[in-house]
Amino acid sequence: MMSTAPAGATASHSSSSSPDRPHLVRLISIWVVLSAILTPVVYFVWGPHMPPGTMTDISRSQQFDNRVLGTVATPVVLFIWTYFGYVLKYFRGGSSTEDGPPIKGHLAFQTGWLVTTTVVVLSLFVFGTYELVSPNGAGTGSGPNPIWVPAGYSATAKDNKILQVQVIGQQWRWTFRYPGYSGVETTQLEIPANTEIQFNVTSLDVIHSFWAQQLGVKADANPGENNVAFVNSNHTGNFDIKCSELCGTLHGAMISTGTVVSPTDFSSWIANQVQVHAADIPLLPPYALSYLPTPDGGYYDPGQDPVPDTSVPSPSTSASPVPSTSVGGTPAAPAPSS
Amino acid sequence: MTIETVDVAQPLDSTQPGGPDVETFVTRSYWRQPNIVTGLIGAVIGYAIGHWLGNAIAGSYQQVVGNGENNHALTLGYIFGTIGWLAGLGVFYYPLRKLLGYQPQAVEEADRKVSRYFRYSLDHKVVGVQYLMAMFVYFFVAGLFALVIRSELLSPTRHLLAPDTYLEVVGEHGTMMMMMMTSVILGPFGNYLIPQMIGSRRMAFPRLEALSFWLTPAAFTVLISSFIVGGFPTGWTGYAPLSVQAKEGMDSYLVAFGLMATSMILLGMNLVVTVVNYRAPGMTWTRVPLFVWAMVVTSLLMVLAAPILVVATYMALMDRTVQTALFDVNHGGSSFLWQNLFWFFGHPEVYILALPGFGIMLELLPVFARKPAFGYRTTVAGFFGVGTLSFFVWQHHLFDSGINPDMRPVVMFTTELISIPTGIVYLAAVGTLWRGRLRLTVPALFCLGGLFNFLIGGISGVFLSDVPADGVAHGSFFVMSHFHYTIMGGYMFAFFGGVYYWLPKMIGRRLNDRLGKFHFWAMFIAFNSTFLPLFAIGELGMPRRVFEYAKRLQSLNDWVSISAYVLGLSLLIFVYNLLKSTIIDTRVPLEQNPWESRGLEWMVPYPAPVDNFPSTPIVVSGPYEYGTGAGPMAVFPGGEAEPMKESVVL
Repeated sequence: MMSTAPAGATASHSSSSSPDRPHLVRLISIWVVLSAILTPVVYFVWGPHMPPGTMTDISRSQQFDNRVLGTVATPVVLFIWTYFGYVLKYFRGGSSTEDGPPIKGHLAFQTGWLVTTTVVVLSLFVFGTYELVSPNGAGTGSGPNPIWVPAGYSATAKDNKILQVQVIGQQWRWTFRYPGYSGVETTQLEIPANTEIQFNVTSLDVIHSFWAQQLGVKADANPGENNVAFVNSNHTGNFDIKCSELCGTLHGAMISTGTVVSPTDFSSWIANQVQVHAADIPLLPPYALSYLPTPDGGYYDPGQDPVPDTSVPSPSTSASPVPSTSVGGTPAAPAPSS
Repeated sequence: MTIETVDVAQPLDSTQPGGPDVETFVTRSYWRQPNIVTGLIGAVIGYAIGHWLGNAIAGSYQQVVGNGENNHALTLGYIFGTIGWLAGLGVFYYPLRKLLGYQPQAVEEADRKVSRYFRYSLDHKVVGVQYLMAMFVYFFVAGLFALVIRSELLSPTRHLLAPDTYLEVVGEHGTMMMMMMTSVILGPFGNYLIPQMIGSRRMAFPRLEALSFWLTPAAFTVLISSFIVGGFPTGWTGYAPLSVQAKEGMDSYLVAFGLMATSMILLGMNLVVTVVNYRAPGMTWTRVPLFVWAMVVTSLLMVLAAPILVVATYMALMDRTVQTALFDVNHGGSSFLWQNLFWFFGHPEVYILALPGFGIMLELLPVFARKPAFGYRTTVAGFFGVGTLSFFVWQHHLFDSGINPDMRPVVMFTTELISIPTGIVYLAAVGTLWRGRLRLTVPALFCLGGLFNFLIGGISGVFLSDVPADGVAHGSFFVMSHFHYTIMGGYMFAFFGGVYYWLPKMIGRRLNDRLGKFHFWAMFIAFNSTFLPLFAIGELGMPRRVFEYAKRLQSLNDWVSISAYVLGLSLLIFVYNLLKSTIIDTRVPLEQNPWESRGLEWMVPYPAPVDNFPSTPIVVSGPYEYGTGAGPMAVFPGGEAEPMKESVVL
């Protein structure tokens, strides 16, 4: 069993390439045919249905990434599966304990494998970086000072032309503030379609993660930190909001829905919200990019966070009917927000 | 056979025996010898002392007034209880005797057939079996928690468990699996087989070896006792602001993980030193079996990564007890700090949970394909490449966190880079099959199944390494499915392959083949049926660790739950097979080398003498020389030697 005749072993070793060839040709032919059929199927048939859909520029870009990665993965998976199938069909020893050919390696094949994986990996890296940078961070949380930003963004709040929506996570609910609209805080998220949105995500207690699946936005909500994500929705519709970072008992119930509406509907909705909450707005802590507990039990410590100019001009697509100036002089209130 | 050219790592007249290095042997009555019962007594006494001390120090202090919790008392109780447990087992007997200038004594172990498995034994073969049995217990307990989770997820609303109970179960399942299973291959097979595979009589540090095992029951007990004090809500990752806020059960998590990290450091250090220093003459680095290489790299990861975990759990404990505020953003701390420390340990850890599996596959496939391993040297390089790169990728767990956002392409690069060495290792496994004489025995089936599963796990990992695609998958069931495919699908399948392959070495009998094949196919199909739909569930918008989900995902979730039950049942087949072949049906004939392996470990007769080999072996060829016409792997020029007395230090 473990000692075939040395002569035979040497013979098969010296001419090891010739018995390989028919097997290799057959294997690769099967693989090429399968890949030629299934790779386009993955890209063109399955691809348009891949998550997270095409609601926004971001989700469209993420879907494209999933399509491309799926398309690249298909021939790789098919090669291994074909190989397994081939091995199981043709290279069975049965009950015999005869030794196989002593192939200890194949320099050309190993080099080819190494080069191929390296090329694929480098291409994926370049592709992934491009797809991260070009859609302004691809909807992922990009920290307090993003550098891949859409047109109209500015690091100083006064010059920032993008519609600001603050997402506040706390155990166990989401609330949303619109600094451009008197800093009103709502329990429902509505955003206008065809408008660039800047989500400023923060938390009041532990780490949460703001995940709006159909929008393609996912950003951790960190206590005392701001985390920015951009998105621009193509059309109106509803989307789910979930917490995707374990945050305690009711993490599973920290769900909400949001709506993308037309810019005019948004204007009237937000005006209505400002009216409904007119009495509450002065009680809120002034808008800030993060909120920290104060020693007296409140939620904002003005000594630690710069208060941005809240008179941010509303985006051109949605003219605000409400003058957004009313919170500037409000003192820090000890009451927790909302 | 040129013995002159061999690398004599261990001198031929090595005087280090397999037993303990003491000179005087004494006789003592049975109950005066330390055992698991005295260990338990010590644990209870230690816990009482620690709890009293904590109350004495901080009895008047409560983090939340009137909640009746005292983190100090519980933490100190756990720590003193562990010390008492070890003292009761006799761990400190030898060092204290030495320290005080007395000669340690030993009791002869010849008449101990079963009871030595319940003692602090210094025989690496005993420790290996202890590890194996304990790991089965940990794995099955944690697996039962998984079935509880899946039962809750049968319905999109909460129906079985309260939300906090659900999180407790999730946390216990995740922590127990990720923490205890780090040693599921290194512990049993590393300790049992490495000395035999490299031609040594023992491990380098038998006491550290035994200590590393006896810490695991302590860690397990501390962890599961968390249920008594309200569990922990953080899952296995223990993210910091939540963990500081959590109730007393969090202390159990932190102490248990710290204990297990200590065990991992000891285990890893012992393995590395053993392989470096205790190889038999002729066991050159290019003849070391690939399984041993995988163990070495994994051990290095343990030694380098686990200390970070010890530090992190210590810091979190300080935050919870003496209010250091290291993770409190209001007082100069950072909520990112735990994430960084934890994943700096945690990402090497997931390779700790992958490389040993590849070690087993690469060790077994040459035997069952009757061919040399394909690309031995590049494979070893691949192991080291994976191990090295694993320290540079941890921030991909923080892709959406907002920390270092502009560094993400770099982390994406290192993460994707790791697929190159992994690909080399994978090539070695599949390349070995090429034109082989494949025998589809049960261990071979588990290896092939593991390779199949790992492919899916690896490919899904590419989606997670890509930041934009990760924007969907991060923190969802996609991630959960991904790491179950690599760890359960790859690592645990390889582990079961190893169990079927090496149990004949340990117990002299192979497990029933028919039941084994039934086990494999049931487990393989149920596993894929369980975890493949979870990729879709995650991409369709279901985050991890939730007890409520969208109703549209219910049918998929129910399918997964039912498959999970079948997966659980398939493991019962294994348990039955194990009991049947070891206890119920002992008429199965003993076999010395049922797989006709060339491996050095199979030259050790069954039952193995305490010194493993009759005399120091001289290794004359590599372990995978199938079909090359090479003779046996080692020769024994010393002939039959007198076996040492079996003994154990008190």
